[in-house]
Order: sequence, then structure tokens, then C-alpha cells
Amino acid sequence: MTLPTLDDNLGTEGDTVYAALMTAHEGLSESESHALNARLVLILANEIGDRSRLEELFAAARAAGRR
Amino acid sequence: MAYAYTPFPYSPPPGLTAPEPRHPVVIVGAGPIGLSMAVDLALRGVKSVVLDDNNVVSLGSRAICWANRTLEIFDRLGIGERMLAKGVTWKVGRQFHGDREVYNFDLLPEPGHKYPAFVNLQQYYIEQYLVERAQDFPDLIDLRFLNKVTDHKGHADHVELTIETPDGPYRLETDWYIACDGAGSATRKRMALPFEGQTFDEHFLIADVEMETSPFGNHNTPERWFWFAPPFHNGQSALLHKQPDNIYRIDLQLGPETDPKAEATEEKVVPRVKQMLGDAPFRLDWMSVYKFHCARLEKFVHDRVIFVGDSAHVVSPFGARGGNGGVQDVDNLGWKLAAVVRGEAQPSLIESYDIERGHAADENMRNSARATNFMTPKTPIEALFRDEVLNLAADHPFARKLINSGRLSQPCSLAHSPLQTSGDAPLEPGSALLDAPLRGPAGETWMVQEAQGAFTLLAIGNITPPELPGIARIGINQNVSDYPCFSDPDGYATRRYGSERLYLLRPDGHVCASFDHADSAAIKAAHARATGACS
Ligand SMILES: Cc1cc2nc3c(=O)[nH]c(=O)nc-3n(C[C@H](O)[C@H](O)[C@H](O)COP(=O)(O)OP(=O)(O)OC[C@H]3O[C@@H](n4cnc5c(N)ncnc54)[C@H](O)[C@@H]3O)c2cc1C
Repeated sequence: MTLPTLDDNLGTEGDTVYAALMTAHEGLSESESHALNARLVLILANEIGDRSRLEELFAAARAAGRR
Repeated sequence: MAYAYTPFPYSPPPGLTAPEPRHPVVIVGAGPIGLSMAVDLALRGVKSVVLDDNNVVSLGSRAICWANRTLEIFDRLGIGERMLAKGVTWKVGRQFHGDREVYNFDLLPEPGHKYPAFVNLQQYYIEQYLVERAQDFPDLIDLRFLNKVTDHKGHADHVELTIETPDGPYRLETDWYIACDGAGSATRKRMALPFEGQTFDEHFLIADVEMETSPFGNHNTPERWFWFAPPFHNGQSALLHKQPDNIYRIDLQLGPETDPKAEATEEKVVPRVKQMLGDAPFRLDWMSVYKFHCARLEKFVHDRVIFVGDSAHVVSPFGARGGNGGVQDVDNLGWKLAAVVRGEAQPSLIESYDIERGHAADENMRNSARATNFMTPKTPIEALFRDEVLNLAADHPFARKLINSGRLSQPCSLAHSPLQTSGDAPLEPGSALLDAPLRGPAGETWMVQEAQGAFTLLAIGNITPPELPGIARIGINQNVSDYPCFSDPDGYATRRYGSERLYLLRPDGHVCASFDHADSAAIKAAHARATGACS
């Protein structure tokens, strides 16, 4: 699988979205945050809804973590 | 009431006193698969000897869930209606997480099918019905109980067997040796064939209990309840499922660090059942502790030795693919072996059994391994995702679809097999036939009763199936002709198959080609291809 390069889709809302994600985690313990993240991954995967695209994204996420 | 295990009679086989002539087919093992094989061959006029080391049906119920396609095959073999009459058709499934019901679903039967999606019936009944069915063919099926195969030796065109009986050993020769000797197949071990796959670390307690009062509450709907992290048991999962005779199947996941011998005792099991079902009286009918595997032989056909059922492949029981897969093996092999034995096809046709059912075994292993992995998370992160799927499922339908406590077995598509002629049709080549209610001169009937067992040209609408050697014909929505014709009273056949169409169905009910006009040459070519004349 060739790893995709992920271009920006958020435009001028990037900072706001990032802040909203931090807010979603506010006040949670670390384990509650992990659980929230797991739910988010599942929800976003369902929103994307395209198996081969998701497999590319999983691979991209895994590769970036190796640095 | 507990099942009465009546031993089948043993009589000294002729081979003890004088050499027997070489048999066309010997089937080793009278489990559900060996018995189905014998009945399938008998329906095609092929004789077999069935050898079993035991003389009773399966001790304990083991397999309980029989899928729609399997029931259709059993219909052809002659025990489907009996299974439906005795079995429990379950309707409601409930999934729990802890003490919370995450969601429930109604398994409303899809209309227009003779058989429901699933019927629960203990394996010992299936075996009893099959033995009784086999006894309908005294000239074709030679059932020999207490005949243990202790050795075999393959030759280019036959196999030699050594068999132990209460009266001593004897020998047999056979053109074809069908190994239906189960998951621990001694045939496989003698041949030193690797049996590889995945073993799951978890132990499972499987128990059947008999109870007068339904544990599903004060109504009589047969349900299937599945718990993740059950409140009454400190393991990962639990299952409760109804069988006939007020018998309930319980599966409890016990964890990897378990002493299976100590767990499979009444002292241990009774308190576990009480924690689950409360104080209502029950009788413990059967219990066993298992570790599950998914494994297969690389090849199912080794010259004149053919592996069928659990001897060829095993799966974990979640999704009920073991027995169901084996019956579909039989459906696939029966007509091919019969054609070869009768000299109508080359032995190479048997190779297609290996290709087609190997593909199916992979699919079954993939599905049951996924279910087992979901139920038995191996790492903290797997457990986290599993739990969060369950948390999301309460509110979000998408997450309900991810909950995997076993996916109901579906017939495998043979679209990639060399026997198929590809083409576009509402029911694509490779698919198993779809049932539909039909009306004929003799009254109401079903597609599965009329179109299985032989190569059949199914013609729907204004298209005449040509008369060709070796191919039966049936017509739907046609003027009565010199072949059987039916009407489509509720339109199911037309909806499922289209109209102005011809389908060539294999004897195992899979579509092998489809045509939009009656082109005899093309039909003959597809038929030749499906019987292995070219590949
Ligand atoms: C707990 C549990 C639950 C299950 N639930 C389901 C389910 O719901 N649905 C489903 O489809 N499947 C289920 N299965 C799987 C199912 O039970 C098997 O797939 C099925 O029994 C396989 O049938 P078989 O005839 O290939 O082998 P077996 O049933 O094992 O039969 C093999 C036969 O060969 C005989 N034999 C062995 N060695 C010799 C020898 N040397 N000589 C002569 N005879 C010999 C044995 O005595 C036996 O009669 C379940 C299994 C288990 C354990």
C-alpha cells in the first residue's frame, strides 16, 4: 500500500477544530480520554465509510508514529 | 427429558470370514458429515460402506445451530422437514453489556423461504435422523458400527484399510476413501499432514441444562442472549440459547488460566449455572470445557483419500460454521464423486472440490476467528475498542453492526471457481440458489424441492429451455410443456431470479451459468465446463 499524503481539509477552521477536540477531553481522566478516543475513531471511521480509504489512513497513522 | 442414547446394532462384517470385493466408496466416520455423505451418494445410486468406531450418536449436543442453506441441503437429503418440526426457530436476539441490555433484534423470517435463517437442534438428533434416513437405502448404504479403522495405505487407484471389530481385525479395499473422522482425524495423523491455523487461549465451558421454567422470562419466545462482561460471572462473555426439549445451551468464557478437568465437574458447574439462572430447578444434561482452534489442511484431496468436514477444517463455534460448513462440503463433493464413480467425469473433477471448499473453509475460518477475537480481546487496547463499541451501540445503529458474537453462516459464493461461466444476472453465477414458493400441477412446492440434486436448466418467463443430455429442465411462468412447469404465485421467483432468463444450476444448487436466450451451444459449453471437461 502506498502511504497517502494527507492534505488539509479544515481550512481556516483548523485551530477551532483542534481546540474543540481538546475541549471534548477536558476534565476526563486519562483512561476516560482513551475511551473517548476509541469511540471517536469508531465514529469517524463510520463517517468516512470507505474501507480502502480507511486502510490507507490507518497505515498513515501507524507510519507517522514510527518516527 | 434426557435424550435416550440407544446403541446401534453391530453385526460381524463379511470381511472377517472372506475377502470382500473392492468397494467403490468407503466413508470413515458416522458423524453428521459421514452420514450425510452416504445419503447423498445413495440418492445418486452410488454404494458406500460407512465405518464408525462407536455405536451411538454424538454424546452431548455439540452442534445446535443449523443455517438456512444447510437446512435446504438436508431437505434434499430427506431430513430437513423433520429438523424443522423438532427444532427451535429462534426469533429474538439480545445483547447485554454487564447488566445493561445494549440492544435486541428480531430475526423476522424473510418471507418466501421454506426454511428460516436458523434452527436449533441438538447434534444427536441430526445424527439419529441421518442414521434412520440411511436405513432407507439398505442396498446402497452398508453402515458398520464398532468398526474402527486402525490403518490405511494409499495406492495409485485404490486404498487399503485395516479395521478392528469386537470379533477381530479385517481388511477392505476401496476406490475412494472419504475421511469423515472428525477434528482429531487419525487418517490425517497417519498421513502426517500439517493442520495449521490459530488456537485461542481462552477456555470455554459449554453446558446444556434442562429447565421447565424458561430463563427468558414469563413468555415462550425462544431467544438468544449474549453477554459481554456478564454480571453473574467474572469472565468476558456468556451465552444462553434454547434447544428443543426445554434444554438450554450455556457458554461461559473461563479465561486462559483454567484447569479444564477441574472445571468440567458438577461441583464447579452447578454453582456457575445457579449464578446465571437463579434458583429455578434444572438438570445438568451435558458439560464440557473446550479450547477452540481454527485450522485446515492445505489440501483436502490426496489422490484417493478425500477429507470432508472437521477432518479437513475446524473453526471455533461462534457463528456455527463447523457442522454447517461440513454439510456444504458434502453437497459440493457428492455429485462430483458420483459422476467420477459412474465414469461420467474424469477424476480431476474432484480437484474442484478442493478449490471450492478450500475457499469456503478460509471464509469460515476468517469469520469465526473475527468473532472469537471480538469476544476474547487479547490486549488492553482490543478490550477498550470492544467496550467502546458496546457503549456506542446503545444509541448508534452503526456500532450495533460491529458487535460480533458470531456471524450467521451464509452460503459461500463460488464465483471464482473454474467450473463457473461468468455472466451478469440477478442471481450471479457462483451463488447458491434462492428459495421461492412455487405452484405446480401437484400443488404448492418450493424451489429447493424442485431444482436441487441434478444439473437443471431453470427457465423463467418467455424462454424455452432446450432439451440437452444430462440436464433436467423446469419452467416458471410458462405454458405447460413436456417438462415440469410452475407458477410463481407471490412473485418471489421473478424478484429473485429476474424474467426472460435461463439459469444452469449445478446439482448442489449453485448457479453455474446464466443466459438471456436459449443458446444450446453455450449451455452445453457451460455444462461441460461445470463437469470438468475443460478448465
Ligand atoms: C461445543 C460445540 C458447539 C458446536 N456448535 C456448532 C453449531 O452450533 N453449528 C455447527 O454447525 N457446528 C457446531 N459445532 C461443530 C460440529 O459439532 C462439528 O463441525 C461436527 O461434529 C463435524 O462433524 P464430522 O462428522 O466431520 O465429525 P464428528 O462429528 O467428530 O464425527 C466423526 C466420527 O468419526 C468417528 N471416528 C473417528 N475416528 C474413527 C476411526 N478411526 N474409525 C472409525 N470411525 C472413527 C467418530 O466416532 C465420529 O462418529 C460445534 C462443536 C462444538 C464442540
